[in-house]
Amino acid sequence: MPRLTERWGRSASAAAAALLPAAVLAILLPRVSAVLAGQVYRLEANWIPSHGMNFGFQLDGLSLLFSTLIVGIGLLVILYARYYLPERDKGGRFYAYLLFFMAAMLGVVLSTNLLQLWFFWELTSVSSFLLIGYWHHRSDARRGARMALTMTGAGGLALLGGFVLIGQTVGSYDIGQVLSNGHLIQSSGRYHAILILVLLGAFTKSAQFPFHFWLPHAMAAPTPVSAYLHSATMVKAGLFLLARLYPILAGTASWFLIVSITGMLTMLIGAYQALLKHDLKGLLAYSTISHLGLITLLFGMGSALAAVAAVFHIINHATFKASLFMAAGIIDHETGSRDMRKLNGLWKHMPITATLAMVAAAAMAGVPLLNGFLSKEMFFAETLDQSTLGSISWMIPVFATIGAAFSVAYSLRFIHDVFFNGEPVNLPRKPHEPPRYMRVPVEILVALCLIIGILPEYTAGKVLAGASTVVLGGQLPTYHLHIWHGLNTPFVMSVIAMFAGGAIYYGRGRIFKLQTFFPARDESRLFDDAMRKGQHFFRTLLDHFDNGSMQRAVFWLLFVALVFMMVPLMELDMTIGLRPQIPVDFVMISGATLLCVSSVATVIWHHQRLLAILLLSVVGLVVAIVFALFSAPDLALTQLSVEVVTIVLLLLSLHFLPKRIRNFSSPTIIIRDASLAVLIGGVVGTITFALLTQPFDTISGFFTENAKSLGGGTNVVNVILVDFRGFDTYGEISVLAIAAIGITALIDGIHQAKIPSDPNALGWAIDKHPMMLSVISQAMLPLAIVVSVYIFLRGHNLPGGGFIAGLITAIAMIQQYVAQGYTWLAARMPLNYPSMVAGGLLTAAMTGLGAFLWRQPFLKSWHGHPHLPLIGEIELASAMVFDLGVYLTVVGACMMILSRLGRLSSSSEAR
Amino acid sequence: MELVFAFCVGVLTSCGVYLCLRGTTFTVLIGLTQLAYAVNLFLFASGRLSINAAPILGISEKIADPLPQALVLTAIVIGFAMTAFLAVLAIRTYADWGNDHVDGRPSAVERIIQREGMRR
Repeated sequence: MPRLTERWGRSASAAAAALLPAAVLAILLPRVSAVLAGQVYRLEANWIPSHGMNFGFQLDGLSLLFSTLIVGIGLLVILYARYYLPERDKGGRFYAYLLFFMAAMLGVVLSTNLLQLWFFWELTSVSSFLLIGYWHHRSDARRGARMALTMTGAGGLALLGGFVLIGQTVGSYDIGQVLSNGHLIQSSGRYHAILILVLLGAFTKSAQFPFHFWLPHAMAAPTPVSAYLHSATMVKAGLFLLARLYPILAGTASWFLIVSITGMLTMLIGAYQALLKHDLKGLLAYSTISHLGLITLLFGMGSALAAVAAVFHIINHATFKASLFMAAGIIDHETGSRDMRKLNGLWKHMPITATLAMVAAAAMAGVPLLNGFLSKEMFFAETLDQSTLGSISWMIPVFATIGAAFSVAYSLRFIHDVFFNGEPVNLPRKPHEPPRYMRVPVEILVALCLIIGILPEYTAGKVLAGASTVVLGGQLPTYHLHIWHGLNTPFVMSVIAMFAGGAIYYGRGRIFKLQTFFPARDESRLFDDAMRKGQHFFRTLLDHFDNGSMQRAVFWLLFVALVFMMVPLMELDMTIGLRPQIPVDFVMISGATLLCVSSVATVIWHHQRLLAILLLSVVGLVVAIVFALFSAPDLALTQLSVEVVTIVLLLLSLHFLPKRIRNFSSPTIIIRDASLAVLIGGVVGTITFALLTQPFDTISGFFTENAKSLGGGTNVVNVILVDFRGFDTYGEISVLAIAAIGITALIDGIHQAKIPSDPNALGWAIDKHPMMLSVISQAMLPLAIVVSVYIFLRGHNLPGGGFIAGLITAIAMIQQYVAQGYTWLAARMPLNYPSMVAGGLLTAAMTGLGAFLWRQPFLKSWHGHPHLPLIGEIELASAMVFDLGVYLTVVGACMMILSRLGRLSSSSEAR
Repeated sequence: MELVFAFCVGVLTSCGVYLCLRGTTFTVLIGLTQLAYAVNLFLFASGRLSINAAPILGISEKIADPLPQALVLTAIVIGFAMTAFLAVLAIRTYADWGNDHVDGRPSAVERIIQREGMRR
């Protein structure tokens, strides 16, 4: 929508973008009181119910809190971005990405299904990639976006693994079901795998140590994006996940150790790094990491009050960090710089913005009367209650105080360095106040900081209680949100942190100097190196398996197939079934010997192409005899005629292929391939034998019983082909037609001149077509056609039918080509084979459709026995028309293929 | 007889697989044809072997299973279409690339050496 309205300017696209979030807010607000009273709204549609997967959204206390944050801050960001984006950018693309991201975030927090949640989770990764890389002409933006996508995408994969494990353990992906079956997960052996996978997903998203480095690089995004992604949404998705799965994953020693130690490390590292940054947004980025670590630490502590404090800090952090980012954006926008070494003494130039930023920074530092103070007090109180680490539990509050002190220090730096501390140095623009409405979002957020800070119970209290109840799975501990808890230990800790923070800021010069002793680490370079190494490693690995050689690929394919066949076979011990076997006689043995010998001989002499083809045809003929022997006359006829066509085809293609077959394979490869081939043959033979000797229960009873009554024919095979399974046959003749068309296209593309000539080849025989052959074959043609018509007509009751008749006709016509040559025949028999194929397919399709006239399903056949004068009673079935279609397609396709090849050879002959 | 039949299928499969693993298009074509024979026989075997029992009503008491026969019949025809397609593909490859190796180039190893050389 914003994309459409952007032609009317930035305001129009901003307004259009605001419509949807406003609508969502309008849906949310009336339900607030009901949800807070414990009601849960659900909206569901069946998706794959058998797997416990439904598509649905639900609104409970936790998702209410998050969706309000997402939509509310989203609206403010839309307003802010209207003034932030440069004049020439109409913002359509920006707002479209933003809405996409917002929808994905809402999907994450509202999903009722783990897989659905994961889907939206990945969408947030993709859309944040687009947003971070919005200024795609800048290489740092592209790199930052790529890094964020890699990290969160990799985490997303881990998360999917965790979700699938959860789903398999519980038996359902429904979040409600999963939450109520927490004991199943904690007692199962997969708990640790699930925990680690899910935490990987959450930690990468929430930029926890050691995955935190993507977040500072994501600062290359436009500031509204940073304000949105890194205060209220993207990074909070990881925390949302922790909160959502808190009831089923928390409460164990491993949860405590992993989550709280990660949180603690992240908090300290983030706080220290934030102080070192000279870039305004860099400072905010690391402070975000630090606060995310704090919230993670609170979740990790595992006590009910800590979880409440975590949820509370999520709200508070969202408000003050969004306003700080926006303030930083205003400063950047109005002065043209973000470097704190240049930005000094802005108080004189933009007093209102300065006041707002100072209040927000104070909230970040945890100054009393502001919301940050309240959650920080709760955090301190909880650290004091910890005893999980035994005798070294005292470390937790100490580290917490150190973290808080750094937090105070960088907040102080933000205030003092930017707004006081001398005069601005070489700024690109003269600083001034921003447009009125650019400040409005900041004002609203800062007002929220103040109101929540002074009157917590009346403002955030209920929402907090509602969300915390969901997180804790029903029981809410007693707690009080007061500004003044009395002179207790947490307050003392706060005071210590304040003074220590002041001292750290005062002595920051020494810290900067200390830092110069360490080599500067550039995470993006490390990241790029790691990526390059990874790519190289996998390319080498892949080259090992797939170096582009088809032979090797086929070998691996067959090898894996062999392994999969052999493993189950090893578990069986008996392969001889009880079915009575047919005794062996001399004919059979000699047939089998002929088959095996000629087949092996084909392999041995495959370098001599003509010999190989002849031997191959012997194999084919024996196969036809096998079919005839074992009661399959139709198959025998088909095999026989196909054999002829195939051999003609192979002989024709010989002409175009190199005359000499070189041996590319080394002896090792030959032995390797031969052993694989023998093993596969052995396995297939074993399976065949086992299959043949098992007693069996055919499903063809229906066909044999009804062939006469329903299909009107006694040749069951043919009736199956044209009647019972007519639709399959229709598909098969279509395949034949497609193959013929494909072949035509391939041949048409061949440039005759390009076929390399082999100097060692024998030239073509210069003899004319033999007289005797042409005379005999001319006489044979009508005879052969009559035979094929006969075969076709009797097909329904005796061996025969469309396929066989078609092949016989094709053979007869090929013989004409062989005897007379292409040009001679083309002049006398101007048949259009493509239209023949099309006609055949159409006939078959029309027969099928004809059934609709009698309100019967597709291809339903009709048959009768009309009595014709002179000829007598004949069998007439609609299936026969269908068979005619088959006949035409087969003839057409065969002739299309062979005549094309033949024409190619005759044109090269002419050359 | 069942044993002999199974042995033949095994031999055909082995020969087919071996030829399929060669590097020349024409040899692969022959290998695939052999493999197609083996597969058709195998599918046919799923209806078990019986003598003098053609699936035509009114001729004999016993009736062989018609369903595998119907399936194999179409398989034979489709197999021919596939062979023809591959044959033409082989011709086309030869015409376009100037050699009849399945990779369209004489040797994969040579190509890798070439690529490494270009990278340096």
